[in-house]
Amino acid sequence: MVDFSLWDIVRNLLLAARWTVSLSLIAFIGGGLVGLLLLMLRLTKRPLAEAFVGAYVQLFQGVPLLVQLFLAYYGLGLFGIDTSAWVAAGMGLTLYTSAFLTEIWRGCVGAIPRGQWEASQSLALNFGEQLRYVILPQAVRIAIPPTVGFLVQVIKGTALASVIGFMELTKVGKTIANATLNPFLVFSCVALIYFLLCFPISRYAKSLERKLHVAR
Amino acid sequence: MRIQLDFMAVLAQWPLLLKGVAWTLALTAVAVVIGTLLGIACAWVRGRGFGDTLAPGWLKALVAGYVELIRNTPFIVQLFFIFFGLPAAGFRLSAETASVIAMVVNLGAYAAEIIRAGLEATPKGQIEAAASLALNRWQTFVRVVLPPALKKVWPGLVSQIIIVMLGSSVCGQISTQELSYAADLIQSRNFRSFESFIVVGAIYLLLSIAVRHALNGLAARFLFGRG
Repeated sequence: MVDFSLWDIVRNLLLAARWTVSLSLIAFIGGGLVGLLLLMLRLTKRPLAEAFVGAYVQLFQGVPLLVQLFLAYYGLGLFGIDTSAWVAAGMGLTLYTSAFLTEIWRGCVGAIPRGQWEASQSLALNFGEQLRYVILPQAVRIAIPPTVGFLVQVIKGTALASVIGFMELTKVGKTIANATLNPFLVFSCVALIYFLLCFPISRYAKSLERKLHVAR
Repeated sequence: MRIQLDFMAVLAQWPLLLKGVAWTLALTAVAVVIGTLLGIACAWVRGRGFGDTLAPGWLKALVAGYVELIRNTPFIVQLFFIFFGLPAAGFRLSAETASVIAMVVNLGAYAAEIIRAGLEATPKGQIEAAASLALNRWQTFVRVVLPPALKKVWPGLVSQIIIVMLGSSVCGQISTQELSYAADLIQSRNFRSFESFIVVGAIYLLLSIAVRHALNGLAARFLFGRG
């Protein structure tokens, strides 16, 4: 039995937090790219594309992230792909994030008045140009606060990757709790680290939102 | 390589799945009732602009701390803290009790912020009208301010309730026998892990659609009357 001082516990947890942050960034960036693709698909207004994206969003918002991660983990293995926890967790969280981000961004694009589309159309801009020069610059401004806010959800979501054996903050916390027989202290520290990661982002998102409302 | 999926092996374990659904719905139902009440209480303490609340400063600070702490930490950590951490401090809880407490505490914090938005949107005239009818603070809050506020934020609250229901899948990790625990049990019996989680995922999807419809339609009519 190894003796853990408080500093040993905190140091190991902080080292594990690196993987929480890395996984969050992978999921957020990957999810953002896939989400953008889905948004474009939806904006083409083709019925089939819209139905597909609608079903995709419903699927990922209606099934628990935990189950999605298990599916990614076992599913990839079934197709003969070497399932490291990194691949399964990265893929699961990317798909989950993309569904939420595409839905958030759709709302932002929807908030742009129709006249903007019509005006840019009457200037003979094609669909891509309308998006690029008229719609997206305005939509991005509205989209930033909720997108930053969703980053908090992603960070909290990575905690579930612990159940498929990904050694991030929660999993390491559980391991240390078992080793030190002091779960009260360890899980308090784990919660505190998550809080220190998430709270500043929450505050920042809120301040961005306030700024946006003042500007309008 | 051909992949053969065998869903019948999973569906043959339907009693386990049914039990899981029952547990998931039961946990959610208890959490929704108590969590919403907790949310209303916290929203009352924190809110501004619907008649001055009597809550002292330290209580406001306490509630603010609770809300921010819960909203900025993962549910699974809250659950582990309650189930593994609290017994070390002298509170021994069964897995089911720990799950319900975690869900109540979690929903309470989110519901507080949602309901507060509704409370703070109360027109001033409403409160003045209530005062001119000689209603006291309690009557004003319960009969004048709260019902329209709840009605206004109900769709947002329903979304949060769905999130909490889906989040309850994590409770299987501490051996509460809800739906995802059933999936784990089934795959340990027949090694059909992928199929088990597909079936359970589909059930969660149906549950979330059904619960949303039920709460937005029937419950809204029951709670708020027509229109």
